[in-house]
Amino acid sequence: MGDKHISSQFDAELNSISTHVLEMGGLVESQLHQAVYALVHLSLETAEQVLETESRINQMELNIDHEIISTIGRRQPTARDLRFLMAISRTTQNLERAGDEVARVARMVKSIIEAGTPRSLPISELRTAADLAAGLLRKTLDSFARLDTTMALAIIKEDNAIDTEYDGFLRKLITYMMEDPRTISPSLDLLFLAKSLERVGDHAKNIAEQIIFIVKGEDVRHVPMDKVESVVG
Amino acid sequence: MTAMAADIQQRNALEVRNLNFFYGKFQGLKNVSMDIAEHKVTAFIGPSGCGKSTLLRTLNRMYSLYPGQRAEGQISFYGENILDEKQDLNLLRARIGMVFQKPTPFPMSIYDNIAFGVKLYESLSKGEMDDRVEWALTKAALWNEVKDKLHQSGLSLSGGQQQRLCIARSVAVKPSVLLLDEPTSALDPISTGKVEELVHELKNDYTIAIVTHNMQQAARCSDFTAYMYLGELIEFGATEQIFFKPTKTETEDYITGRFG
Repeated sequence: MGDKHISSQFDAELNSISTHVLEMGGLVESQLHQAVYALVHLSLETAEQVLETESRINQMELNIDHEIISTIGRRQPTARDLRFLMAISRTTQNLERAGDEVARVARMVKSIIEAGTPRSLPISELRTAADLAAGLLRKTLDSFARLDTTMALAIIKEDNAIDTEYDGFLRKLITYMMEDPRTISPSLDLLFLAKSLERVGDHAKNIAEQIIFIVKGEDVRHVPMDKVESVVG
Repeated sequence: MTAMAADIQQRNALEVRNLNFFYGKFQGLKNVSMDIAEHKVTAFIGPSGCGKSTLLRTLNRMYSLYPGQRAEGQISFYGENILDEKQDLNLLRARIGMVFQKPTPFPMSIYDNIAFGVKLYESLSKGEMDDRVEWALTKAALWNEVKDKLHQSGLSLSGGQQQRLCIARSVAVKPSVLLLDEPTSALDPISTGKVEELVHELKNDYTIAIVTHNMQQAARCSDFTAYMYLGELIEFGATEQIFFKPTKTETEDYITGRFG
């Protein structure tokens, strides 16, 4: 947040909130990598670790919420500070939900392993979607740390690539299911898995919109792309 | 959401154009132009010495009491330039009333505090005057608290009540504009809340301009906000826009407390 407040304590509070959001985002990102590792290597142990760590993300959301409420109550923030705190509140919500999606992936991996997966299914192809989602989340956290709206705009556009990847994967799964009905049940697992990864991308996109909100003061949710581009300029 | 004052089809009570103000050689206001919209609350904010009180005092020519102070430019009050030499100042101040930072009741009864100003401009019968006093005190949300002690001294009231008495006194002569110069800076939060509530009520009938050091007060009470610095009008717009997304960095720095 650029230049300093007269009250250095106010700066300290905002910086602390920022740091905590980045920590939370970092944890979600590492969880996603773990979940993808568990998926690709069919590692039960890693999947279980992911599930154990999920509660930490939830607790971080509650802690950051508390900091936001306390700062609003004591400081009556305005303008950029007000937008910043509103955006943080929405950002942590999206991070927490991305964390939920990652946990869902881990649970799915567990159930796939426990059911004994047919090797013929295209698990490794999910890796592309997973890498895209993880990359997007990483970029989102970077652009949040720097309040970089150009990067945020690129993230919103890139989310479309994940959506396209998801559609392609869906078509492929349908082919498998038609060829061999025994693959229907595990294919559905994979489908939900792919959906979760796609949702992580959506949450990253939502956070990118909040970065634009902080810097430009324009709410670009539910706004056509050309309008978003003109806001970022 | 972010409509500027100028974008709204709105009648203006006052139109300030190219206003320069001098305390002797010192220039207190520099080329200020702005509109005060009718039946709206316009707040002036800015650090001490920025010229906000000076601007308020030009609006009813309060400065004319002091030799060596002069204003140049134009202030149009429903089309009439109040800076004109021929302007009748008593009449002007009856139409553009002012309430000051510290409550200034006259050392007389509550009733006479209200009746005093009215007698200067109107000759009312006893009954009419009683009605006017009740009406003004009701407008100022003070009637219920003082109706049984109208003949006690105005100075016997609490600070918050005294300030509302001063507002009632201004309202009693039926002005069209009320100028409030930091009306709550000497009051506790409850009295402040009552005065703010009153401002909200009064704008149905009056145009209000308020100078305040309390930014949250400007945010709560006003429709338009003007940010001033070193005698210049830096930014003027709808209050929501000024407090949510000011266009000038100077305004943003001031309202977010980054002003160095």
